[in-house]
Amino acid sequence: MTSKALDYENLNENVKKCQYAVRGELYLRASELQKEGKKIIFTNVGNPHALGQKPLTFPRQVVALCQAPFLLDDPNVGLVFPADAIARAKHYLALTSGGLGAYSDSRGIPGVRKEVAEFIERRDGYPSDPELIFLTDGASKGVMQILNTIIRGASDGILVPVPQYPLYSATISLLGGSLVPYYLEETANWGLDVVNLRQSVAQARSQGITVRAMVIINPGNPTGQCLSEANLREVLNFCYQNNLVLLGDEVYQQNIYQDERPFISARKVLMDMGPPISKEVQLVSFHTVSKGYWGECGQRGGYFEMTNIPPKAVEEIYKVASIALSPNVPGQIFMGLMVSPPKPGDISYERFVRESKGILESLRRRAQIMTDGFNSCRNVVCNFTEGAMYSFPQIRLPPKAIEAAKQAGKVPDVFYCLKLLEATGISTVPGSGFGQKEGVFHLRTTILPAEEEMPAIMDSFKKFNDEFMEQYEDHRGYSRM
Amino acid sequence: MASNHSVTLDTINPKILECEYAVRGEIVTLAQKLQQELTENPDSHPFDEILYCNIGNPQSLGQQPITFFREVLALCDHPAILDKTETQGLFSADSIERAFQILDQIPGRATGAYSHSQGIKGLRDTIAAGIEARDGFPADPNDIFLTDGASPAVHMMMQLLIRSKNDGIFCPIPQYPLYSASIALHGGTLVPYYLDEATGWGLEISELMNQLQQAKSKGITVRALVVINPGNPTGQVLAENNQRQIVEFCKNEGLVLLADEVYQENIYVPDKKFHSFKKVARSMGYGERDISLVSFQSVSKGYYGECGKRGGYMEVTGFSPEIREQIYKVASVNLCSNISGQILASLVMNPPKVGDESYESYFAEKDAILSSLVKRAQQLEEALNSLEGVSCNRAEGAMYLFPRIRLPNKAIEAAQSVNTVPDAFYARRLLNATGIVVVPGSGFGQVPGTWHFRCTILPQEDRIPAIISRLSEYHKGFMNEFRD
Repeated sequence: MTSKALDYENLNENVKKCQYAVRGELYLRASELQKEGKKIIFTNVGNPHALGQKPLTFPRQVVALCQAPFLLDDPNVGLVFPADAIARAKHYLALTSGGLGAYSDSRGIPGVRKEVAEFIERRDGYPSDPELIFLTDGASKGVMQILNTIIRGASDGILVPVPQYPLYSATISLLGGSLVPYYLEETANWGLDVVNLRQSVAQARSQGITVRAMVIINPGNPTGQCLSEANLREVLNFCYQNNLVLLGDEVYQQNIYQDERPFISARKVLMDMGPPISKEVQLVSFHTVSKGYWGECGQRGGYFEMTNIPPKAVEEIYKVASIALSPNVPGQIFMGLMVSPPKPGDISYERFVRESKGILESLRRRAQIMTDGFNSCRNVVCNFTEGAMYSFPQIRLPPKAIEAAKQAGKVPDVFYCLKLLEATGISTVPGSGFGQKEGVFHLRTTILPAEEEMPAIMDSFKKFNDEFMEQYEDHRGYSRM
Repeated sequence: MASNHSVTLDTINPKILECEYAVRGEIVTLAQKLQQELTENPDSHPFDEILYCNIGNPQSLGQQPITFFREVLALCDHPAILDKTETQGLFSADSIERAFQILDQIPGRATGAYSHSQGIKGLRDTIAAGIEARDGFPADPNDIFLTDGASPAVHMMMQLLIRSKNDGIFCPIPQYPLYSASIALHGGTLVPYYLDEATGWGLEISELMNQLQQAKSKGITVRALVVINPGNPTGQVLAENNQRQIVEFCKNEGLVLLADEVYQENIYVPDKKFHSFKKVARSMGYGERDISLVSFQSVSKGYYGECGKRGGYMEVTGFSPEIREQIYKVASVNLCSNISGQILASLVMNPPKVGDESYESYFAEKDAILSSLVKRAQQLEEALNSLEGVSCNRAEGAMYLFPRIRLPNKAIEAAQSVNTVPDAFYARRLLNATGIVVVPGSGFGQVPGTWHFRCTILPQEDRIPAIISRLSEYHKGFMNEFRD
């Protein structure tokens, strides 16, 4: 056989186009260095448990018992597991049709979807229909499913914020659609300006693209900003006027580090706006067990909730879900536990609250430490991390550095991040992986390293950065506007 | 604005409208409706329960999980208890030992962290060793991609292979409709090759050659060949000689061989054995440069039946480094598969061995499940063969029977008069009369003019007599009504 059956030449073009920097060049280089024995601090992905955050105790107890139901018959089980975990395990097992090892309903266990609906109702003050909630193997699978439903071809455009989490750009590439960027305003705290939206849509339409949907990530990734209620109203009005389905990626809704703009769901604002908008605007909202203070990335638990999607379209989405048979059952139980955690009076309540608060308060402190740390560095400007798990400092690379990058055949922020990695072991993701304005460079790091290690990490970064700037700056001073 | 919604039946991706998946299709929707009615009024139907024989979902029908596997998984879910002495009273010593061993392969023992996008390295090492022990040929952990069940791995390969409608993928007819659905979703063309019912669902190379020619003449570039071994829905286990012919065919025609081997541990006849396609290819002297092969395995089937866990992997051999990079890239967009499923895959490929504390109980559980499956397969097959106009090939493996029903013309006309495919007509009436849910053969593909249904062998043994008698009674009544 002279030529391979599947080689680069005859590979699906959409796969070639797809990029996902979060586990791209920097990460691969970091992994190589790690194999060679270098100590690497992986801040490339929002993966809290990998950086020492402990799992919450209660959910692990419940899922372990569901995993091994014969424990429930053992007279000594109470020596190792508290009574409320035992009761909750029995509750979830009863909701399954054969324990963790049976495929569930393709949309997820009905009882868990009901718990999700109840959570949404408590959070927003409006009832939610469990039939319109589909559990998925992580929110990413849900996003892919919905985009696959929408995108018919290259002339279908999806409005995506820039900078964005590259799941969106990667998926749009894989599905053969068009990404229509709308720029967030770094100088206005990564604010969303409707003027930018209108411009983006107009430009897309002039190129023959039908804009079908708009993605908002709230709180933002990589940018962390929390949208205000006014902003959400503007977005919803915009979607109403332009026939766009709004895709609300709200996976960081528990990660809020300031009090001026608490999390408010797109659905709540939509319902508050009343008819006709509340009955017309189509919305799909995404959530996960991977973020928040849970950080259970490895479980792959998520859901999407559909609002104002016609029944026949819901059926088709269900049909596609059924091909995958069912989302993983343990992940579904994690989701149930997340939306209905221990209550006051439960045996495990105090410990649960202590663990949760501990994590959130520490994240808030780390968000501040990192922002301040970056802002103390030469040629680095960093917006405060209002939410989510990342810091996205702007690195003002001097012209000589940009030239050096070109010489090395690297995009400037990739060049910088590789040097940072080699000098300090800090593995970040270059801003080019998320999208940014032309000529403006960033990197994304997480705020997840342990609090005790933060000062040393920031010192290490500052030392590298300031020396880098020293090396590449004209001594006339950095002249970029 | 109302009529111009972005997402409506008219504006969604047409490939979604095109694809179908009968296993959880119409008949199941009807079954759920009847179930609801039974719950509200137990006397509403001539049966008191719905018997789901439509889907290979053993634990939903009472099959118990393997204790050792669940012990290890529970400990990995909650490693904090490994420090407590009381834990030793609740778990077997070797499950504790295995949990420690696995946790030591996970950085920080963090089972809640995203892993490497191909899956945890140490677990891939274990799986590779298991493949080598099974086949007698080495396996490289870097060739393994752990996925949320085998199905996502199949989708990944279709995504890579299909560029347009002009790309064809060879699929057996009858086939498990994941393949037809996935090909439709990715915008490709299914190129059928018919299995021969008269010879126990044999695969003839002449049929492959014939279909290949036909496809080429229509301008289709055939990219890959799907083989399901043991077969689904057909249950046949390929003879080794047949497998060699298939390998040779793929090599000569430049096709990627996609080997769905998820039922490798479900073999019910003494005269057949499972041989992996990798083993067959390697024993023919074919290596990485000779044949591109992707082998799929899952934790959902076998004797472990852990469908709800979504664990599986594909072993990818014979591809260039550039393609390997691309496969990795696509896998990385989803970050990783669920960790518990990854751990389970490593347990399935490296179960307790002779001498381990848990070996005897493990083996007893495994043996009981497999012997029972053999028995149930035989009982149901015999019963189906005794029905008028029904012939059923034996289930050599997998979890299904796929009997052929010779429907009388009157029945076919009656079906057509209500706009229903004849085997769906039969299956729907069966459900309404007995509560038994099967999947019409049209959901899998069949030689035109022939009719089948797929029924699992999974209901517990004590249910089988009732199923047989209800089915027989229904069938007699049906034939009495429609006999020509």
